Amino acid sequence: MTVTASASEARSRPVQLWLVVWACALAAVLAVFLLQDRLPWAVNYPASAIVPVADWVSALMNLIKSNFSWLTRSITAVLGVPLDFALGLLAKNFKIGHGADMLVLPRLSWVGVCIAAFLAGRAAGGWKLGALVGGCFLYIALFGQWTSAMLTLGLISIAVPFCIVTGLFVGIWAWRKPWAERLLISPALDLMQTIPTFAYLIPMLLLFGNSPVSAMIATAIFATPPMVRATMLGLSRVPSEIDDFSEMAGCTARQKLWRVLLPSARPALMVGVNQVIMLALNMVIIASMIGAGGLGYDVLLALRALKVGEAMEAGLAIVALAIALDRLSQAIARNHAKGHVYQEVSPSFWRRYPNLTLAVAILAVTTLLGLFVPAFAAVPKAIIFTTAPLWKTAVSWITINFFDTIEAFRVALILNVLNPVRAFCEGFPWLGAVFLLGLAGYQLGGLRLAALAAALTVFCAVTGLWEKTMATVYLCGISAFIASLIGIPIGLMASRSDRVEKIVTPVIDTLQVLPSFCFIIPVVMLFRVGDVTAMIATVAFAVVPAIRYTNHGLRQVPPALIEAAKVSGCTRRQTFLRVQLPLALPEIMLGINQTILMALAMIIICAMVGTRDLGQEVFIALSKADSGRGIVAGLAIAFIGIVADRLFNAWTAKARARLG
Amino acid sequence: MADTTEQMLQTAGTPRDARPIKLACRNVWKLFGANAANFICQRDGKASMAEVAAAGLVGAVRGVDLEIRQGEIFIIMGLSGSGKSTLVRCMSRLVEPTHGKVEFEGKDLLKISDAALIELRRHRMGMVFQNFALLPHLNVLENIAFPLGIQGQDRPTREKRAREVIELVGLRGREHFYPRELSGGQQQRVGIARSLATKPEIWFLDEPFSALDPLIRREMQDELMRLQTMLHKTIVFITHDFDEAIRLADRIAIMKDGEVIQIGTPEELVVSPATDYVAEFTRDVDRAKVISARSLMRACDGAEHGGVVAPDAKISSFSADIVSAGKPFAVVNGSGKPIGEVTPQAVIDLLAGIERPRAGA
Repeated sequence: MTVTASASEARSRPVQLWLVVWACALAAVLAVFLLQDRLPWAVNYPASAIVPVADWVSALMNLIKSNFSWLTRSITAVLGVPLDFALGLLAKNFKIGHGADMLVLPRLSWVGVCIAAFLAGRAAGGWKLGALVGGCFLYIALFGQWTSAMLTLGLISIAVPFCIVTGLFVGIWAWRKPWAERLLISPALDLMQTIPTFAYLIPMLLLFGNSPVSAMIATAIFATPPMVRATMLGLSRVPSEIDDFSEMAGCTARQKLWRVLLPSARPALMVGVNQVIMLALNMVIIASMIGAGGLGYDVLLALRALKVGEAMEAGLAIVALAIALDRLSQAIARNHAKGHVYQEVSPSFWRRYPNLTLAVAILAVTTLLGLFVPAFAAVPKAIIFTTAPLWKTAVSWITINFFDTIEAFRVALILNVLNPVRAFCEGFPWLGAVFLLGLAGYQLGGLRLAALAAALTVFCAVTGLWEKTMATVYLCGISAFIASLIGIPIGLMASRSDRVEKIVTPVIDTLQVLPSFCFIIPVVMLFRVGDVTAMIATVAFAVVPAIRYTNHGLRQVPPALIEAAKVSGCTRRQTFLRVQLPLALPEIMLGINQTILMALAMIIICAMVGTRDLGQEVFIALSKADSGRGIVAGLAIAFIGIVADRLFNAWTAKARARLG
Repeated sequence: MADTTEQMLQTAGTPRDARPIKLACRNVWKLFGANAANFICQRDGKASMAEVAAAGLVGAVRGVDLEIRQGEIFIIMGLSGSGKSTLVRCMSRLVEPTHGKVEFEGKDLLKISDAALIELRRHRMGMVFQNFALLPHLNVLENIAFPLGIQGQDRPTREKRAREVIELVGLRGREHFYPRELSGGQQQRVGIARSLATKPEIWFLDEPFSALDPLIRREMQDELMRLQTMLHKTIVFITHDFDEAIRLADRIAIMKDGEVIQIGTPEELVVSPATDYVAEFTRDVDRAKVISARSLMRACDGAEHGGVVAPDAKISSFSADIVSAGKPFAVVNGSGKPIGEVTPQAVIDLLAGIERPRAGA
């Protein structure tokens, strides 16, 4: 007994020490805050000392632009060829020649594309999936979004193969050269995934102009990281015996990679492909701001004009496209993971690929028919529905009948919650924040983490963005907090009952595939623009990981431990509080970490509905094509994400290490 | 008596020793840690376990010397972490030894070029893995034909050969199944067929049956013996199961902490274990199945004999007869000349596990 007692005393001493340290630190920050008349420079970063990083970046970008325009122009020309082909094939018709003797080749018939989508779904996952995918395309056609949706699809269909090939090769390189992975690839991937989507657009706009090509390049850059990660993960997870086997079979290095390792890693690679497709869709929507066109542009135009009905319709078409692409690529990935089943191999092509042959034939026939029967070429006006008036009526009905309630809710939220927190955050001394984050970094991960956290925070201050940074932190923090408050209990319920889990899973799966744009539309309808709208949309977007990780964390507690708790006489409550929760805590923390990162990504997009933070900064920079300002604000946002992510991860790693 | 038995044991070994050495390890070391190569070179390939540990290194394989003769089943036996898997990977250079020589037909494997090594592995070595290591995206036929495809054989040639080995391991009718559609035993048959497709001369089996159920394991052991009587490969077989080792082995090397403690036939290990550690392994072995009449016999003392046995006959093959006869059996050599006798009492003592002074003890 004495041994254990002294051991636990020795262990609790550093904890008490840290408590004292934190109390002193907080007191010091409070003192700085109270003495802000004496020490104004410690609270608000002095304007005279701002480092003009933005100007430097602008100068650099201009230098690149003026000296390398030949390069960017040739890139545009080269990438434009396949892109024009895809857009012509799916959306725009081919136009050969000019003027009167112009020859127009028609695009693929919408009827044919819908049937091809159905066949693809059926081949990958049976009749049910076929009906879902075909139905989604039919929905898009019947609701008059065909041309826009096909523009979006065309961009994706060119960007995705590019992402997959690039991601594959970068992933292979990183896997082969551990130093490259550690020093180059991993940090780059982290940065690429935390920099807000908007910030990608600015340099693209500057270098490649307002065109589908620059939208496509931005999309490709944004959507590549998951493929790199999937390749690295897949290759490193190939069992070492298979690696040994390839050596013993006498494979050369190339044979080993292409004939053994990559095929063995195919399930992981297919998961990467699915993620690439979904990220590309998300980005193509946002890239409509720099000329991608398509569904995103429709939403953007409608939102700017506050035409909620039209925005909702285009938004729903995005949802339909997202669901179709996600379910289809997931089903294909699953088939790969399951492996093949024995089939008789037939020599003739159409017997071996019946669905492909059929789809090509149907596309050809319907497109040819389109030359003579207009109904095949374009969706006839007569059968197009529009729900825009319906949405409009619904919204006006709600606003007429519930205006007072909604308004009261909105105002109460602003006055009682948002404004005080905002005031607190914006008044927070920058030096104090640097100090406290550095201290947290030191406690959780040692000197290196402390230096990282402090340096990144200092960057936000010295570039003169402190107030906007804190405005972002405030909105992001409060949204992530509310999302966790909602998500964790739902995840808890899901972990306790299979029935709840069955209901929750498809809902969060769908929420997760929706492009971030879609969350803004319904909220704007009810709450108009402002912080409340941004907060609600962000909560809806960021709630998914909180639910998913809580559920998963609680479910993965070994049943033997729960049985052990029951046998030792724990009540249900005790079992939960003393056994399940502590063991699931690292996983739940990971979920909260993800929630914060997603909230951050969403808050930036919410700049479109009038928030005043770093997102607004990027948004303004985008409209002025001011690359320096945009990139610096984008980096500040990324740094918030990186600091939060690293601190949380260090904490989780510590908790994990303690649990063993 | 002791002298005669030792002589017998030695003479029993001679016909085998006449076979050429296929693969030999000469003071092979595999150390993990910084500057491991310098450490062992400076000491001329000699270091104690304490010295290795003091240098902050981990010794997976330490100073192994062994010779594997053509056509024998050589079993490397040890518990997990004893370095047996690393040792077999040193033999095929899947793991690069830190020090020492690995000789394949007298040529140092560690000195040959990468191209020569690939050539050697393609045509003269085969390996079977504990968890089968089948390629999930290929069916049985394609998996078995894969090593031949790597060599550049065209499809008809390699599929013809693959079908031959499929026949050999009894998998006909399953050519187009994918690995996940097969049971563990069937998957390992594919692994065996795949490693035999290239007609290797030396065959590494790395715990091939450890992932299988006991009944299937026994069946696969019989299958291996059947194949060996047809093919006469030089086999290096890794296992942690002493019963399996005794069933299959011509000779066994016992490893502990990266060192080979003893090399010998199953009978030699049981009769004269080199250390307590080896004795511990052999304690629960059914001695009657391992020990032959030669080890138990003594010089004839003129008593009447109830029967005759060959020197290599295992005790279990005649124990019931000798006990019921109640008289000693004569041990006769090939030309029918008695060279000694086995008494019922000695057999009963052996069966009952009673220790009496015996050869070499």
